[in-house]
Amino acid sequence: MVTMTYAPDTRHESRPAPEPEGMGRILRVTGPLIEAEYTGGAAMYDLVELGEPGLPGEVVAIREGVVTVQAYEYTGGLAPGMPLRLLGEPLSAPLGPGLLGGIYDGLLRPLTGKGAWLVPGVASGRADERPTWRFSPRVKVGASVAEGDVLGEIREAGPVPLLVLVPVGHAGRVERIAEEGHQRADAVVATVAGTEVRMTTDWPVRTPRPVRERLDTGAVLNTGQRAIDLLFPVALGSTVAVPGGFGTGKTVLLQQIAKWCDADVIVYVGCGERGNEMADVIDEFAALKDPRTGGRLADRTVIVANTSNMPMMAREASIYTGATVAEYFRDMGLDVVVIADSTSRWAEALREFASRTGALPAEEGYPAGLASAIAAFYERAGAVTTLGGRRGSVTVIGAVSPPGGDMAEPVTAHTQRFVRCLWTLDRELAYARHYPAVSWAGSFSRDAEAIGKHHAASDDPAWTARRARVADLLAEADRLADLVDLVGIAALPPQERMSVLGGRIVREGVLQQSALSERDAYSGSEKTAALAEALLAVVDRCRELADSGVPATRIEEIDFGPVLRAREEAGPHDAATVQALGATMLARLGEVS
Amino acid sequence: MNSTPKEGVVNSTSDWGRVEYTSVRELRGPLAVIDQVSGVGWDEFVQFTLGSGEQRHGLVLEVDRGTAVVQVLQDTAGMDPARIRTLFTGSPLRIPVGPSWLGRVCNGRGEPLDGGPPVFGAGTSAVGGNPINPVRRVPPADPVLTGVSAVDALTTLVRGQKLPVFSAAGLPHLELAAQIAAQSTAGGEPFCVVFAAMGVTHADANFVRDALEERSAAGELVLFLNTADDPVIERILTPRIALTVAEELAFTGGRHVLVVMTDMTSYAEALREVSAARGEIPARRAYPGYLYSDLASLYERCGRIEGLPGSVTVLPLLTMPAGDITHPVPDLTGYITEGQIVLSREVHAKGVYPPVDALSSLSRLMRKGAGPGRTRDDHLDVAAQLLAALARARQIRELADLVGHSALSPTDRRYLDFDEAFYHGLVDQRRDELRTLEQTLERSWQVLLTLPRSQLAMLPGDLLDAHGAAEGG
Repeated sequence: MVTMTYAPDTRHESRPAPEPEGMGRILRVTGPLIEAEYTGGAAMYDLVELGEPGLPGEVVAIREGVVTVQAYEYTGGLAPGMPLRLLGEPLSAPLGPGLLGGIYDGLLRPLTGKGAWLVPGVASGRADERPTWRFSPRVKVGASVAEGDVLGEIREAGPVPLLVLVPVGHAGRVERIAEEGHQRADAVVATVAGTEVRMTTDWPVRTPRPVRERLDTGAVLNTGQRAIDLLFPVALGSTVAVPGGFGTGKTVLLQQIAKWCDADVIVYVGCGERGNEMADVIDEFAALKDPRTGGRLADRTVIVANTSNMPMMAREASIYTGATVAEYFRDMGLDVVVIADSTSRWAEALREFASRTGALPAEEGYPAGLASAIAAFYERAGAVTTLGGRRGSVTVIGAVSPPGGDMAEPVTAHTQRFVRCLWTLDRELAYARHYPAVSWAGSFSRDAEAIGKHHAASDDPAWTARRARVADLLAEADRLADLVDLVGIAALPPQERMSVLGGRIVREGVLQQSALSERDAYSGSEKTAALAEALLAVVDRCRELADSGVPATRIEEIDFGPVLRAREEAGPHDAATVQALGATMLARLGEVS
Repeated sequence: MNSTPKEGVVNSTSDWGRVEYTSVRELRGPLAVIDQVSGVGWDEFVQFTLGSGEQRHGLVLEVDRGTAVVQVLQDTAGMDPARIRTLFTGSPLRIPVGPSWLGRVCNGRGEPLDGGPPVFGAGTSAVGGNPINPVRRVPPADPVLTGVSAVDALTTLVRGQKLPVFSAAGLPHLELAAQIAAQSTAGGEPFCVVFAAMGVTHADANFVRDALEERSAAGELVLFLNTADDPVIERILTPRIALTVAEELAFTGGRHVLVVMTDMTSYAEALREVSAARGEIPARRAYPGYLYSDLASLYERCGRIEGLPGSVTVLPLLTMPAGDITHPVPDLTGYITEGQIVLSREVHAKGVYPPVDALSSLSRLMRKGAGPGRTRDDHLDVAAQLLAALARARQIRELADLVGHSALSPTDRRYLDFDEAFYHGLVDQRRDELRTLEQTLERSWQVLLTLPRSQLAMLPGDLLDAHGAAEGG
């Protein structure tokens, strides 16, 4: 018997009892678009089951007794006259302790343990692979609790602490609470004012989970990538877009961030990307040691894999699924990063379906609602105080794949309006093997000021000034590089030649960072600061030499190799080695006259 | 339950109990609209019988209440709406699969062109295929050696990879494809080629048949030929049939299968034609908005699968209209595939075959499929050094154009010699010349040694000693 994952379920957190199911009959099928006449209840975005195999779909329009449905599976063989069941429930994700370490499709159906080929309509059961989880109560019967309060903990579930919370929209007296011990994920562990609470709860993926308050902290998400942490830092709860044409190293950069950033949980949404790449991500995460816990990185990762050849509309749903999973962990007071690769494929799914429904196209065939859909997705990020009063955050990093490298195309152009940080990957830099190819001219971080203040108040008062010096030097060197192409380096005055040299030193010695390097794949904040300081000091000394009359050519011929290689020689947190190599270089420059 | 095939592979699973419809309401471009049908499913395979008795085939694109819109694979020319019988077969197109395809030459619908009987198989498979579960994929790790130096040395093809060839009109991409198809091997393990040609001229089709005759005779080839005067819409089916046959040969038969598909631009144009006939809202350059998903549904059928033998490697060829790499077909292909081999007019003008532009070409999976334990220990270092030197040579050539050859330093002039040696000593090879990996790498070394040792910093010292690298400049 073929079963559906999202069978009618009365365990919804926020909704009252579901509407009665409606029944219908299919009238029209064209690819993933289905029209059906129906009787009974039907609401927008309700789930439906199509035909005999019960293929999942979602209501996207209702008109005069006819629903329009987008199907989440291949619809070959579906014919007019076949039945349709309206489930009276929106598409929901089962949120529970089994999620961490799992690999799911766009509808959060587990892929692990399924066959080699994904056959439409054959869905497996729920996400839980472990039969039971150890529940530990944190309140007593009779206690008075509000929504979002902690009822208990799930122990031994992985490297991060998991909580069972009072469901959204419920509060009152704890009437029953389970004893410490092993429970099935769908067993009732508490009763609050007549509402049964389970370890696993469902939440409709298109509805953001509510919070008490949004915060503006300026606390930084350390990514371990110098080009980012130094120049275009991202705050916890912020939003980033990463546009880059094919071959610019986008996926490698995103994987580096997933591996090294200091979030508690990573949700990696492979949205319409390559199957072999996805296999690689899965393999690497499973093999990689978590630098924080010593366990496997995969144990605090949730992977949503919807490759480009898997059903298109499940791709459309996958980024919402990813955001919902992230919010679930955020509500436990964790910092979560959602990486979506790539949002362009998601937007293309919107376009493809809009074209089938006959919607009037806006720019380049995308629906008119594209900009608001992008904005709404990124708005699911945020640093918040949760309903239960804990602090948590969801940071969203979305890759953008501009067709033909055209940065003016609608998805890239609109996304830039709604994100706080932009890391543009530059084809020229990638071509010159400068990785990560984050363009300093084409990127921005609107979090930099707040992060600067945060650094000033905590660990690193010089952060803002250091960033400004590096950025100024790079901009100056870029400006002069254009000039050099015209008139040659020899025509520039000595100080400007030192700026050109300085730009090269900072690019090679600070910004370049190899993802394959044992020591430098991750750069801790102290190492990043030490490298920037050391190389800026070297540039300053060069300027002094030029001022004191040493010919510019002479300075340019100095071998800066030892200090340029400092990034490779020092370990991830080793500021001392960097400082020592910098001092040696300065001493050597002192001998030049 | 296979019935007796009427014609080639395109037989339905069962004809009994199916109603034939005699009314076609509308014929328009490649589309036929049939009224008053019932129980017809989307993507169902359709058989038309014309008044003359001729058989044609189609696929259901849309079914709206009692009306079905069918794309006719052989075009609608000569079809009289009053004299067509239409049979809906009750399921999406399935074809017989199995080793009986090996050695056969068929048209774009899988019907024999070699005078032999229709192809039978132990089982059938739907041509649409199913997506491979990403969790069950095994990352590609072993090479397919093509015997073509430019490919093997610098953009090694890896089993399970999809690596397209981007070409332009007038370049010998078909020759290169045929050569790769004729020469490729997988380290002594069972290997075969499925070659799908779409929209090629008769002359080209004959060339491919001749070039691959030996491979065909050895039972290591399945050839699908859709020529330029064959029905356009049939091209939508051709790569799907080829891939379905390949998947069975690989994952059931345990072979490493190389699927060559040419020309994908012709395929995309067929897709556009159907889209335009249906009045769909066009996206870039009037290609349908679903071009990315559609191409992905083909290219992504490559791979290796945990627990199953064999592999499917996909080598699509496409001509970039007006040489434009940002054209939707190469652009979207580049986003799906793992690298690209780019052919260039400049290299072609030098008289070099194959005219590979090495600096624009890339095999993203090469790091996994070449080097120690895969090809040869020094392979990756040699490739990296070749590319670095080539990039430097290109800069120097630009400089030389500005300042003149005589103003170059002696080292710079060595780079120009290197450039020359690279194209004529390594890339250039005869169209029937099979070079072993050893030969390719030894030639690479000879080319590199035109440079002084100081310029070969990416190569280990002991290997430089062994090859007798010159010290001076």
